[in-house]
Amino acid sequence: MSAQPTALSRSWEEVRADFPILAQSIHGHPLAYLDTAASAQMPQQVIDRLVWYHSTLHSNVHRGVHTLSQRATQAFEDVRLKVKNLLNARSLKECIFTGGTTDAINLVAHSFGKAFLKEGDRVLLSALEHHANIVPWQRICEEVGASIDVIPINDRGELILDGLDDLLTERTRIVGVNHVSNALGTVNPIEEIIARAHARDIPVLIDGAQAVAHMKVDVQALDADFYAFSSHKLCGPTGIGVLYGKEHWLEKMPPYRSGGDMILNVSWEGTTYNGLPHKFEAGTPSIAAGVGMGAAIDYLQELGFERIAAREAELLDKATERLSAIPGVRLIGTAEHKASVLSFDIEGVHPHDIGSILDSEGVAIRAGHHCAQPVMTRLGVPATARASFAFYNDDQDIDRLVAGIYSVKEIFGV
Amino acid sequence: MSDMRALYQEVILDHNRNPRNFGPLEGANRVAQGTNPLCGDNYTIYARVNDDNIVEAVGFEGSGCAISKAAASMMTTRIKGKKVESAEQLIEEFRAMLTGELDMQGDHSLGHLTVFEGVAQLPQRVKCAVLPWHAMNAALEGDEVTSTEGDSDIWSKE
Repeated sequence: MSAQPTALSRSWEEVRADFPILAQSIHGHPLAYLDTAASAQMPQQVIDRLVWYHSTLHSNVHRGVHTLSQRATQAFEDVRLKVKNLLNARSLKECIFTGGTTDAINLVAHSFGKAFLKEGDRVLLSALEHHANIVPWQRICEEVGASIDVIPINDRGELILDGLDDLLTERTRIVGVNHVSNALGTVNPIEEIIARAHARDIPVLIDGAQAVAHMKVDVQALDADFYAFSSHKLCGPTGIGVLYGKEHWLEKMPPYRSGGDMILNVSWEGTTYNGLPHKFEAGTPSIAAGVGMGAAIDYLQELGFERIAAREAELLDKATERLSAIPGVRLIGTAEHKASVLSFDIEGVHPHDIGSILDSEGVAIRAGHHCAQPVMTRLGVPATARASFAFYNDDQDIDRLVAGIYSVKEIFGV
Repeated sequence: MSDMRALYQEVILDHNRNPRNFGPLEGANRVAQGTNPLCGDNYTIYARVNDDNIVEAVGFEGSGCAISKAAASMMTTRIKGKKVESAEQLIEEFRAMLTGELDMQGDHSLGHLTVFEGVAQLPQRVKCAVLPWHAMNAALEGDEVTSTEGDSDIWSKE
């Protein structure tokens, strides 16, 4: 599908109308969806592509000789090209379909870990990581006898890079860091981290789950060795994501899961594995979700990442200003460079209670530790309330969030 | 919003602000920890059961939302002084109320604890109210760790 010539001239109000889910009532109130960091909503264009796939070409990929299978294969592989363009990867071989970010990180931890991690080696992660970029590393480290070092953060939720060179030891084999923190919205200086790791020949994995839908990502400009993201944070369906990896690393890594497309030839004497990217794609992929992700990529590119980033920065600034002015509200995570995530608490009220009361007024936020318990521990809070914004949010959503917070304060008498 | 006012009644807010029997209990002979891994709520429940099988004293510490903290606080005031069997019966009644299985008009001994009845309308929050009760049950049964996730009753009895 070609870009619509009118895409740039559409107002944000018109863009919002692309998202049918936003036009509904929750508990008798219009929905204010402020939980995009957990999962972004899908525009009609993505839903239509899913319907098109299911109603005209669903079939298994890569093995049928019949027309439907060829068409489904074509539609699915077309998405790989969209991913390559989205990330500016060098080749299609570097773009592997996975079950999502978590699955992609598990792939790297276990496959890279088996090939390159030995007893006494070290893995360097940041204190801002989500559980999905901690636990797979803990598991492989335990298996091989390696250990984890952590890049610390300051009270604003920014990585402290002063001691980075000491943390990049001669036994450090890989660095894992998120591009944007899901809990606090901090945009990390990954270019600097990658450059400093590369100065010691250490590869870097970027968890890009919170970044790809909100900013232009260029893996070549970043010089990332691995970059992982999920379709559902990109306005696409759940159950599919991508691992970008530099070809020379992927070539040296053993297969992760086995079966299906990752096999070239099997006999009782042994198996020959398929080449990249199929070497890492076992079993039937989530084809429809992949096709939907392709539509989501088209959609975001038509809107334009610069325009998206500017819109979200505007919403974040407004919301930050409004919430800062409410007595008793404390913003948690106040990094200089932030994506559209606003974590906060209200003195005397637990975030779960904030979440329930806001929900009763149709305002959907996340409340909890955001699967980033080490971050919460470091900042000394049990949990936070988190409002996360996307380009499809508007000023009314912020008004409703603010009004909801006043209801919380009133009910709790704080 | 009106539902929320019904849920967050003054008695719940009061126990949240001023939890009773808060803090570790000296001489406790039953201790269990309850966690909800989804939200991070975490309480330790202490009880001292005497030779006559009476729960002489109870205490709790930990952190969580108003619903879980008030549930813990009100639970401690009701269970203190009860026989273990009647404490367990109360725990079962509380659980049944929150899962909608209890006939509220019928025979039960919940008393003021019925302020939590509204939580049953909020499936996401049922676990908050049940967590400390679940932990108390585990403590009285001699278990040490419990959780609102998974089939913990089965696991903890392994």
